Amino acid sequence: MRVESRYRLVYKPLVFLACSAPFVLLVAGAFEVLGRDLGPDPVEYILHSTGKTALNLLLITLLVTPARQLGGWPHLVRLRRMLGVFSFFYAALHVLTYAVLDLGLDFATLGEDIVKRPYITVGFTALVILLALAATSTNGMMRRLGRRWQKLHRLVYVAAILGVWHFWWQVKADIREPLLYAAMLAVLLGYRVVRSRTARELARRFTEARTSAPPSESP
Amino acid sequence: MSKYRPRRILPSEITPPEVFFDRRRLLAAALAGGASALLPAAEPSQAQPGQLRYTRNTRYSTSEPPNDYEDITNYNNFYEFGTEKSDPARNAGSLRTHPWTVTVSGEAEVTGQFALEDILKPHPLEERIYRLRCVEAWSMIIPWVGFPLADLLKRFKPTSKAKYVEFRTLHDPKQMPGQRFRVLDWPYVEGLRIDEAMHPLTFIAVGVYGRVLPNQNGAPLRLVVPWKYGFKSIKSIVSIRFTEKQPLNSWHVAQPDEYGFYANVNPNVDHPRWSQATERLIGRGFFAKRQPTLMFNGYAEEVAHLYSGMDLRRYF
Ligand code: HEM
Repeated sequence: MRVESRYRLVYKPLVFLACSAPFVLLVAGAFEVLGRDLGPDPVEYILHSTGKTALNLLLITLLVTPARQLGGWPHLVRLRRMLGVFSFFYAALHVLTYAVLDLGLDFATLGEDIVKRPYITVGFTALVILLALAATSTNGMMRRLGRRWQKLHRLVYVAAILGVWHFWWQVKADIREPLLYAAMLAVLLGYRVVRSRTARELARRFTEARTSAPPSESP
Repeated sequence: MSKYRPRRILPSEITPPEVFFDRRRLLAAALAGGASALLPAAEPSQAQPGQLRYTRNTRYSTSEPPNDYEDITNYNNFYEFGTEKSDPARNAGSLRTHPWTVTVSGEAEVTGQFALEDILKPHPLEERIYRLRCVEAWSMIIPWVGFPLADLLKRFKPTSKAKYVEFRTLHDPKQMPGQRFRVLDWPYVEGLRIDEAMHPLTFIAVGVYGRVLPNQNGAPLRLVVPWKYGFKSIKSIVSIRFTEKQPLNSWHVAQPDEYGFYANVNPNVDHPRWSQATERLIGRGFFAKRQPTLMFNGYAEEVAHLYSGMDLRRYF
């Protein structure tokens, strides 16, 4: 099978199934089938599970580029959009859980939370970014936005930072897990900084070598 | 009138663990709805393991239906066994509650080390159905079995210098695996002002739903202070100390701007990161609405006078 068909027929469906699994498990838990349940506080369970899945998928999305470059799998980029859109999907479920199940659609309180509670302000900003990225993730939008698409989608780094920050801020005392997420994010972002620096350095050396080399072809 | 009286409990409202809640006791529960404040509960037909003998204190019990035994024993904040709500039920098996010693010290005439049996022996047990409000804005209704803390403290004859009582939880990372990480400054410490400690609502629990406390709920003995956030109700107590100075409680030490010494339930004073105006009552299903949180968790009539003239925003 050619690489394109392998992705279309095998890898993409597999990734789709994997990304849907947390949702399927939540639904099974909600209906108490397949031996699943959501425990004594289902609202908290869904809130935490969807928030964590959104953040996990966001970090996996950011792993695609390093994996392509270091692993020599350039075609991995074909999976990136699906991962990113799924991250938005879970983030949206997360916020809907909060607004519908926890607050009972009390929009006044939701608005107050977004303004007054910094950890929610941060989460809300991350959600708005993910929404913008998901909405402009189609081929048509990519074409239409052209170079600006690249720029806009760099906001994914901001969303990831805000996501980890939001996680950190809502913890009561045990910061071990958010610390782990912060470390993973630091590696993912650090990789890009180092890589672009190295690339710039190489480019500089290359131009230097070109300009300082004796003009060999000159007569 | 405060929210927890009078008691109108129906047997059908109680959702006990079938394993021990037999038909005879259901009958007793129905009888207990009567006029008398203290009625003896029926003896169980066969002595179930861990079954306690106690009377029902209806005067101090809420009329709201208690949470399931399942929920009460599987949804716990007990960081000594892990920081997830499900961790304590999973990890508390390593705690050995026999033998158990409680050290009594400080400003009292009777001090020393006491075996658990000697601590408990003189106290008749009673059941009280209390509301529990966690600082995380959720709540439960729990049928505790135990006795008033005041009855225990009086035995040690606190002196006039005893202005506060400090409690400590066991510190043994082998038995309490959560203590291997310094999430809090172990051992867990809590404290009460002496008048709070002597208040008739302040309770030492040794059981729940008529049976000996499971480890994850703070066996073998724990404090229950129903008008304060749950973290004041320290579990698995090994030390009681009478002090002149206000004790430093663990959560206050961890984050002084978020957790105070008093920690009275108060819908008007928010936690810095979330609102305390409402609470989610556990076990009422998906679409149950949050309920308004009550001043002093519904016990204002009994305890508000303890704080008259105090700025509760400052002494949170
Ligand atoms: C308006 C937007 C958002 C709101 C209102 C919101 C609200 C919340 C709330 C109420 C909690 C639980 C706090 C607690 O249990 O004390 C939470 C936890 C969390 N949220 Fe959000 N959130 C938002 C956006 C996001 C986004 C965009 C992400 C991910 C990219 C995210 C990831 C998380 C994570 C990872 C947790 C912790 C889950 C855990 O402890 O296991 N949230 N959020």
